[in-house]
Amino acid sequence: MSHADTIPVRVVAVEQVTPQIKHFRLAAVDGSRLPAFSGGSHIIVVMNDVDRVHRNPYSLLGVPAQLETYEIAVRRMEQSRGGSHFMHDSVSVGSTLEIAHPVNLFGLSKIGRKHILIAGGVGITPILGQMEDLHQDGVPYEIHYSVRAPEHAAFLSRLQQRAADRLKVYYDSSGHAIDFDGLLSTQPLGTHFYVCGPAGMIEVVLAKARTWGWPESHIHWEQFSAPPAGEAFDVHLAKSRLDVHVVPDQSLLESIEAAGVEVPYLCRGGVCGFCRTDVLELDGELIHNDHYLSDEERASGRVIMPCVSRARCKKLVLDL
Amino acid sequence: MNVAFKPDETFRDDFTFRNTPEAIRRFPLPFPEDKYMYSVNIEAHRPGPHGSVVEFAIDVDEHYVAECRERALVLKEDPMRFQALPHMMSAQWDCLELIMESLARDYPQHFTLDRQGSQWAWTNRPLGIQQSFTFGDPATLPQQPLEYITRQVQGDWVVMDQREGDLWAEAGMVTTQADWSLNFDIGMSFKEWHGPVPLAHEMGVFDRALKYLLGLRLNEPVRRLNWTMTVNPRLDTSPEMYPKWGTDRASVTPENVADKVHLRVELQGLWRLPRSNGIVFSVRGYLISMRELATIPKWAKRVHRVLRELHPALVDYKGLTRYRDTVVEYLAPFDDGSPTSSGTAPE
Repeated sequence: MSHADTIPVRVVAVEQVTPQIKHFRLAAVDGSRLPAFSGGSHIIVVMNDVDRVHRNPYSLLGVPAQLETYEIAVRRMEQSRGGSHFMHDSVSVGSTLEIAHPVNLFGLSKIGRKHILIAGGVGITPILGQMEDLHQDGVPYEIHYSVRAPEHAAFLSRLQQRAADRLKVYYDSSGHAIDFDGLLSTQPLGTHFYVCGPAGMIEVVLAKARTWGWPESHIHWEQFSAPPAGEAFDVHLAKSRLDVHVVPDQSLLESIEAAGVEVPYLCRGGVCGFCRTDVLELDGELIHNDHYLSDEERASGRVIMPCVSRARCKKLVLDL
Repeated sequence: MNVAFKPDETFRDDFTFRNTPEAIRRFPLPFPEDKYMYSVNIEAHRPGPHGSVVEFAIDVDEHYVAECRERALVLKEDPMRFQALPHMMSAQWDCLELIMESLARDYPQHFTLDRQGSQWAWTNRPLGIQQSFTFGDPATLPQQPLEYITRQVQGDWVVMDQREGDLWAEAGMVTTQADWSLNFDIGMSFKEWHGPVPLAHEMGVFDRALKYLLGLRLNEPVRRLNWTMTVNPRLDTSPEMYPKWGTDRASVTPENVADKVHLRVELQGLWRLPRSNGIVFSVRGYLISMRELATIPKWAKRVHRVLRELHPALVDYKGLTRYRDTVVEYLAPFDDGSPTSSGTAPE
């Protein structure tokens, strides 16, 4: 499963929507209609930087029914390995990029009778697409949006326009926090809960939902980890008979791809499980940063998600 | 391909269905070697060789008009062959778009689609249909979107919703099936739906297939071939109609086997659907009589060997128990024991 099938796009609008978030509008270079998608979908944006290629996942926040352009929002990551900096500093109206077809790992349950959407910060982006689908289908929903301070509340006017009576905004700066216990303890049967935001927020929601007895099937979350930087290390790819050096600010997956070896993936953020790779030999330790493997699998040292995870080792041999 | 349709063919009563020599040569033989066992034989559904059944995303062949008429007859007797649960409406529209776009792009001489925003105009010349409608508004079509469009295309169509790490069969048009029932299976999960298939569960086929399909991507459809055999060129071998066709299996004799027994091959396609994030599964059946098959010497040898060596559990599951030996005896004189070339091409 390789994804040679990218779509060349041109940036047709850029707007700084908060001190940290830029909003980009993309149109197909050949002027054709972009593929339809469902709320919660993301695309991989391929950025050809000077000395390397970045492939970052960004949620589609536009209206799924309007396909002349796609919209994404990019937060400048303080510890970016380059992708978000590239989007903020090197991409402007007229720039060309490539994108992969949309993938949805954060889809709405179509049999849900009510939907509670929780967003923290830039986690609002997939929620915006979901809101449009729910609005279209006329299904009851609520949005709870938590941000640090009013100037960080991206897309507030869009949310108010579409969902004013279904929206609650919480500002950390004013001491307002989402009452997860209150929300989780008062929903009718058939309600689904969706959360996208910082890792801490997701952990709290998942733990509280379990405490309140929510079935796993009704709790949905998405968090794309940016691959953290780390020490350099070397890896041997057994099937390809290649040695690959992973530099501190490049992910294992990116390094493998740069060596010309393709690894299947959907999300590049430690969620989907598609790049899961068997470890054949290891002298050292794996640094797991994914949200996919079980605790047992992590502890085994036999498997790794190269999109976000690394190693601190003398020797690492992968089944690739 | 400019095919001449054979609108008067029948798949019931007098069974006038036949393949022309051209249709025989493009028949999708599912046996690349002289033996058969399950495999996860999924490949990318990319355009194949000119004239083949996979030249285009959706195959329209000489039986198109007759098969659409047969579908209408089945639906008239049993409207429940089309079903869609209420939450599948966006997937229904996805399917309508996929089929209309594919047909209009690949067969412009037969089909035209004019899209102006949400105002669409559809022309189907072989069936004499013209329809203007609003995409997304079911009230502007004579039937629900999936029923409307699958009355105008060959093969069965099952639409799956994706949730909870599984695929649920929750809409479909199924009138040409090899002994399974949409009415029975609707609402089932992927493994429930495949429950009756022998051996494959133990082989882990469905675990791997499900994992693969959950990650199926937009614009990257896949396909596989499956097969069984059918007595008489009957498309509707459904459980609902078993009283009509079940006894056919006892009617095969050495005298009639050549024309009565058909290899039935299913070209199965799977597409990720964009607005619903569902998956549509198409099952397009092709029939070829043993007499027609035997006009291709390599295929006669190949099918003779496959049937002779077939695993007993598969003989039972595919319903061949009563007449497999008669077919093997019919094909034996065509098999001189010489090696066959690999692959499925006629020579």
